[in-house]
Amino acid sequence: MFEQLSERLQGTMSDLRSRGKLSESDVDKAMREIRLALLEADVNFKVTKQFVADVREAAIGAGVLDSLDPGQMVVKVVNEQLAELMGGSGRELAFASKGPTVILMAGLQGSGKTTATVKLARHLREQGKSVGVAACDTQRPAAVEQLQKLAARASVTAYAQGADRDPVDIAEWALGQARSAGLDVLIIDTAGRLHVDKDLMNELVRIKKATRPHDVLLTVDAMTGQDAVNVAEQFAAATDFDGVVLTKLDGDARGGAALSVKAVTGRPILYASTGEKLEQLERFHPDRMAQRILGMGDVLTLIEKAEQQLDASDGEEMERKMRRNEFTLDDFLKQLKQIRKMGPLSGVLGMMPGMGKAMKEIRNADVDDRELDRLEAIILSMTPEERGAPETIRGSRRRRIALGSGTNVQAVKRLTKQFEQMRKVMKQVASGKMPDAEALLRGQMGTGRRH
Amino acid sequence: MATSWTDLIELDDGVPAAAPAAEPADTDQPRRRGMLARLRESLSASREALGAEIGSSLFEAIDAETWERLEEALIIADVGARTTAEVVGRLEAEVERGGLEGGQAVRARLVELLAELADVGERRIDLRSRPAVVLVVGVNGTGKTTTIGKLANQLREMGLKVLLAAGDTYRAAAVEQLSTWAERADCEVVRAEPGQDSGAVIFDAITAAEAREFDVVLADTAGRLHNRADLMEELAKVKRVISKKLDGARSETLIVIDSTTGQNGLRQAKAFSEVVDVDGVVLTKLDGTAKGGIALAIAAELGIPVKLIGVGEGIGDLRPFDPGDFASALLGE
Repeated sequence: MFEQLSERLQGTMSDLRSRGKLSESDVDKAMREIRLALLEADVNFKVTKQFVADVREAAIGAGVLDSLDPGQMVVKVVNEQLAELMGGSGRELAFASKGPTVILMAGLQGSGKTTATVKLARHLREQGKSVGVAACDTQRPAAVEQLQKLAARASVTAYAQGADRDPVDIAEWALGQARSAGLDVLIIDTAGRLHVDKDLMNELVRIKKATRPHDVLLTVDAMTGQDAVNVAEQFAAATDFDGVVLTKLDGDARGGAALSVKAVTGRPILYASTGEKLEQLERFHPDRMAQRILGMGDVLTLIEKAEQQLDASDGEEMERKMRRNEFTLDDFLKQLKQIRKMGPLSGVLGMMPGMGKAMKEIRNADVDDRELDRLEAIILSMTPEERGAPETIRGSRRRRIALGSGTNVQAVKRLTKQFEQMRKVMKQVASGKMPDAEALLRGQMGTGRRH
Repeated sequence: MATSWTDLIELDDGVPAAAPAAEPADTDQPRRRGMLARLRESLSASREALGAEIGSSLFEAIDAETWERLEEALIIADVGARTTAEVVGRLEAEVERGGLEGGQAVRARLVELLAELADVGERRIDLRSRPAVVLVVGVNGTGKTTTIGKLANQLREMGLKVLLAAGDTYRAAAVEQLSTWAERADCEVVRAEPGQDSGAVIFDAITAAEAREFDVVLADTAGRLHNRADLMEELAKVKRVISKKLDGARSETLIVIDSTTGQNGLRQAKAFSEVVDVDGVVLTKLDGTAKGGIALAIAAELGIPVKLIGVGEGIGDLRPFDPGDFASALLGE
């Protein structure tokens, strides 16, 4: 997410950083770069203009030109402005004191409403709420069936009456059903509609009047371009929506639409959809995202993920081993498996600070999760003794392991060598020195295929 | 002269399309006007919203602000910074050299430049082989299934026997959606057996088309984000299956791009063309306020032409792409 923008700003900023004192024209240059980066990231033209003007003013106000570390100051200002524009900290959904809470979904065709509807339903069900979804998209062929199938997969109730009735009637009926079933939440899926389609926009307004939703959510495709502001403004005018679900964030879109929508409507982005699986819906963290744009890394999300996946006592044990330099390939294998539980490697690494550049190299080198499969295979082809003392692996052992793992001697050699390097780094960490994360990564991932 | 369906669809001589093809040619004029009117309408909507109209008055007195406003207009149309700089730079240079007299001439030249950029590669859809196969790809939610439904109807009206292949075996109810379109377009559809993959369904459809002498197979695929290596590899496999089945005869691959897409569209087109060799773009949802300028960037930077545009939810709302009309619409003519 937002990798491009972050790389771009990082480039500008490291330029500034290396310079020491800044002149006015340096600031101009930085602002031009920021402007171009934002435009390339699909941040709306007007929003970009305003943002750059704000950053410039704040930078001058903050005394960037006279400060000791002007580059750092600009980064700080950009970060603050970005965080402010993205919405400060997140807002929660509004829930009714007495159920059912009604959530109305709206958006353009293909923005991901139906999927988002069920993902949100699943998410709320996980929080212990009883949830139903209403199939009010009577426009797109088979949209009702799609919602029903997905709802069944997520074990939530689907209220559907086919595609021949008026969506307003279906919504009212579904609400009645949800009420008598005593559900906590009813999420209403609607047809995709263009913001300039008066009839369909009116229909949406009628559904809203009939069901009096507690939250109206707009789904916005993260790949949307300059038009995002028009869409958001028109939907805001018609439905006065409360928040945004940003979809398809697992793509490589720069996601400027998120900035645009927030800036022109003031409505917060509540959720981000980050994959095709139903559980891939996350709370959107604007403050974290701003940091991420600047390459400061999404450390908080990473820690949360790690906490979910990693066994705390295991962690302590590892730490103790690392301190005593007793870390073996077995331990490494264990860690490898835990890291993989957190999701695809690229996703995990993308959240680490300073990894923007390294990520690019990894992508270029085409190192993917299969590389980890190979590492696993190599380690599993070693005897327990060898895993504890990889330095004993020489000629014939190396050949045997290569054969056993379906790799080659060079790959085995590379792994043991990298492992020794890793141990060295761990020693440094244990003695309180911060290792160079990128160098460590380069060493570990063995971008040998590039050469 | 706008592109007509008969210009767009390349058929072998003597194929039954010849006679019925004359009929759509008759209706070409109103259709063309319809498309322009629609584009104009959509543009007036965005004009109101953005005030980004580029009339010839802008070029009456040319100064720095002229170029800045032109740049703004193209950026707002999602043309992208690089292609915008190229167009504006070329026009500016030509104006400086002289020879373009008055705002009208400058504006006309601008439209010409934009149309030239959009006019790349082979703009026809090659349906000469039997059966001809059209593979439709793209990211999620761009309108692949809808496009297939509309195209099936058009080709059938042109006298071709069309078979649909429900290759989206992933999304819930995608097969039902395609089947509904098949009914509307009065075509048959080959559905997957449970557990079958996309390649297998399309293979079956081509086999059926060969046996029962269909002219065209339109193959749907699941939407996939272009940065998902596994899903892209799956698509490459589908294409290999098709090539092998057709014994090397060429098939047509179209990528569907949503006109509201921003600069990411360029990456989509690039990534898909790397794995399946894309022949053309279908630019959908042009009936909104988005102008689809990303298609210009795709043509200019990747040399992939736009072949079709989607301008509405109706079955007749798919039109051949015309570079000149598109260029005019981009500027709000």
